Amino acid sequence: MFEPTDPNQIQLTPEGELKHFITTEGLSRELLTEILDTADSFVDMSAKQVKKVPLLRGKTVVNLFFEASTRTLSTFELAAKRLSADVLNLNISTSSTSKGETLKDTLMTLHAMHSDMFVVRHSSSGAAHFIAEHVTPDVAVINAGDGRHAHPTQAMLDMLTIRQAKGEFAPLTVAIVGDILHSRVARSQIHALRTLGVKEIRVIAPNTLLPRHIETLGVKVYTDMLQGIRDVDVVMMLRLQKERMNSALLPSESEFYKLYGLTMDKLALAKPDAVVMHPGPINRGVEIASSVADGDRSLILDQVTNGIAVRMAVMSMAMSGQTKTRANLIQAGES
Amino acid sequence: MTSNALNATALLGKMEQELSALLSQGTRPDPMMIGIHTGGVWLAQRLHKALKLESPLGVLDISFHRDDFDQSGLNPRVQPSQLPCTTEGRHIILVDDVIMSGRTIRAAMNELFDYGRPASVTLVTLLDLQQRELPIQADIIGGTLAIDPDQIVKLTGPEPLALEIRNRSAD
Repeated sequence: MFEPTDPNQIQLTPEGELKHFITTEGLSRELLTEILDTADSFVDMSAKQVKKVPLLRGKTVVNLFFEASTRTLSTFELAAKRLSADVLNLNISTSSTSKGETLKDTLMTLHAMHSDMFVVRHSSSGAAHFIAEHVTPDVAVINAGDGRHAHPTQAMLDMLTIRQAKGEFAPLTVAIVGDILHSRVARSQIHALRTLGVKEIRVIAPNTLLPRHIETLGVKVYTDMLQGIRDVDVVMMLRLQKERMNSALLPSESEFYKLYGLTMDKLALAKPDAVVMHPGPINRGVEIASSVADGDRSLILDQVTNGIAVRMAVMSMAMSGQTKTRANLIQAGES
Repeated sequence: MTSNALNATALLGKMEQELSALLSQGTRPDPMMIGIHTGGVWLAQRLHKALKLESPLGVLDISFHRDDFDQSGLNPRVQPSQLPCTTEGRHIILVDDVIMSGRTIRAAMNELFDYGRPASVTLVTLLDLQQRELPIQADIIGGTLAIDPDQIVKLTGPEPLALEIRNRSAD
């Protein structure tokens, strides 16, 4: 059975630089800030005629998606292409594994193609970590979402969006609303927000969509949205992960919307300058009202734009860490 | 090498005179000055003010275009380039503190061309260390200097501007 090591033993170089990006958990504030600063530089690339830099020229990035995704796949693909990498998109759910090939066999095959980076999305928690433990030292692995565990690039693009809107993290009260139980995004957001030092994190959800002992992550738990949203600076809505629910955890979508859907009336309880976020795709009229999603306090489209910049930052930083690791190995006479 | 080879103010004065004379020929109308981060920006700020150029000053960061990513990785202190107006069809005055191998200037021109196709690029540097690895020459230089292979020259600033010779290991 696969027993993962401490993620930071594998995702950081001995010098503390990013080598893989598996989780935001345990990463330092300095490193998270470096990701945001680097992403900021990539955001400014939109002013150029040529929105491309040569950092990953000659490298091959394989988007290894064992789980369907449109938005995450396309932003990773665009990010890799803007870094000048060659990109291969593999939808594994419909190819090799369904023919009986194991994950390890798939990896070995991709190794033989001399890939330099795997972007991995998988329905099982720990899949990206497993792959990072089994690739050669010159290959970087980026977690694009694994089971209920983590979605670190989504969390970092959210952090970038918050920093752009609010400037500082320290004075903020942030509410995360909705399906916390099935959300890998929420876990990654909570770790990142805590590390970046926000004043208060609230999670708001019905009891059936709250993980047990969630308060041990350092959050305040609310089952009443009208109380939880009061005076917050940022409202981060989550998508209802209906595909990950094994049984009916909700009376109905309309009941959920009535109690936990973000409407203008509920948003009025937050601070007057509170901003609204959602990782998408939006279930309008279930998690959020169209008037809020399309309103002037919504940062949902900024999140999409920032997604490309953050993924470029993480990919170039991870490849940079791999480069230095490989240089050290060569110097030490290892291969 | 002259006695004031490391006197940044004297070298800057010489650059200013030569650049002024070049611009007075009228072959580079309405030039746009761009400094390469960070030392080149300090010099460009002074030249821009002294020459009373009309177009606002631009800043170029070449980190994403360096050719040593495979050895050194990404510069952790990348600053975004800031070009306040279009470079398309413009006469660019590109300013850097030191030219040595020519690789920084190659990277700067790659970055510059990502913003558009300039009419011309004039390269101005404070000091030429004459250790070129690429066929790139400055149009105007403040001075030249020969240093040992284990040495580098660093411009410190912005106030006061000073040139220092350091050992690579200490940098």
